[in-house]
Amino acid sequence: MDPTAAKYIGAGIACIGMGGAGVGVGIIFGNYLAAALRNPSAAQGQFGNLIFGFAITEALGIFSLLIALLLLFGL
Amino acid sequence: MQVDPIHQFQIKDLMPMVSMGGHQINFTNSALFMFIIVGAVSALLIGATAPRAVVPGRWQSIAEISYEFVANTVRASAGTEGMKFFPFVFTLFMFVLFANMIGLIPYSFTVTSQLIVTASLALLVFFVVVGYGFWRNGLHFLNLFVPKGVPKAILPAIVIIEVLSFLSRPVSHSVRLFANMLAGHITLQVFAGFIIMLASAGILGWFGATLPFIMVVMLTALELLVAFLQAYVFAILTCIYLNDAIHPGH
Repeated sequence: MDPTAAKYIGAGIACIGMGGAGVGVGIIFGNYLAAALRNPSAAQGQFGNLIFGFAITEALGIFSLLIALLLLFGL
Repeated sequence: MQVDPIHQFQIKDLMPMVSMGGHQINFTNSALFMFIIVGAVSALLIGATAPRAVVPGRWQSIAEISYEFVANTVRASAGTEGMKFFPFVFTLFMFVLFANMIGLIPYSFTVTSQLIVTASLALLVFFVVVGYGFWRNGLHFLNLFVPKGVPKAILPAIVIIEVLSFLSRPVSHSVRLFANMLAGHITLQVFAGFIIMLASAGILGWFGATLPFIMVVMLTALELLVAFLQAYVFAILTCIYLNDAIHPGH
């Protein structure tokens, strides 16, 4: 296989990992919204936890994007 | 017309190179924008708080709101003792926020889209956490890696995982900000490239070009949100890491 083609295919495959992060971020915000609608008065206090969970989850997706970017431009 | 989405991140020398003690010292566009950021933050905060009115005006409100916002974040996630680090966290937050925001202005340079900048900030946080943790708690700081109530049999594995996750913190801390900014700006650039490509195709292309144009406007709005959110995430993660240094018990 042409190495350039393999590089692009690899970058595409690496980006699949971001789908998992998308699912995770969706679950976090969905559950936060569900809980906030049940108990709106407690929602404000958990905003920091929401953002923390979002950041931790998003990092994993970002890692796969980073691999894709490295394949495309770095290596 | 081909648009290179990576071109905007290029570092250019603005002044002739200075050689100092075997090191080359360059004044680049990245350095210029860092000076602009520091200048803008200083001008905003010093200028806005100069009147010291009891009833704050618009500018003073901006300064007070940003102070309160970060102070509440520090208090909530690192405790009252964490307020010792408030100037540190506030500086980081304002720097990253202004870097992200100024980067959204067309033809400007996004400092936080350079991995070396975010990595330096994240390593600074990491070494402050490690340094303060050992200085304040001594060897008890290592309790951070030994969670309480874990069965003896799996404890070694847990300790290894905890150490690895602690060491990967500066990586994820810096790469998150960097990759968010990089990906956002590449997306904007790619959609802006679609406008030019379609518009150069003739009359029909002009109508087609409105679609990516609307998309670029909406993406810019999204990027504004991301710019703020990532600065907040950077600050709150700093607070959470500092909390580990202040209260190392699990």
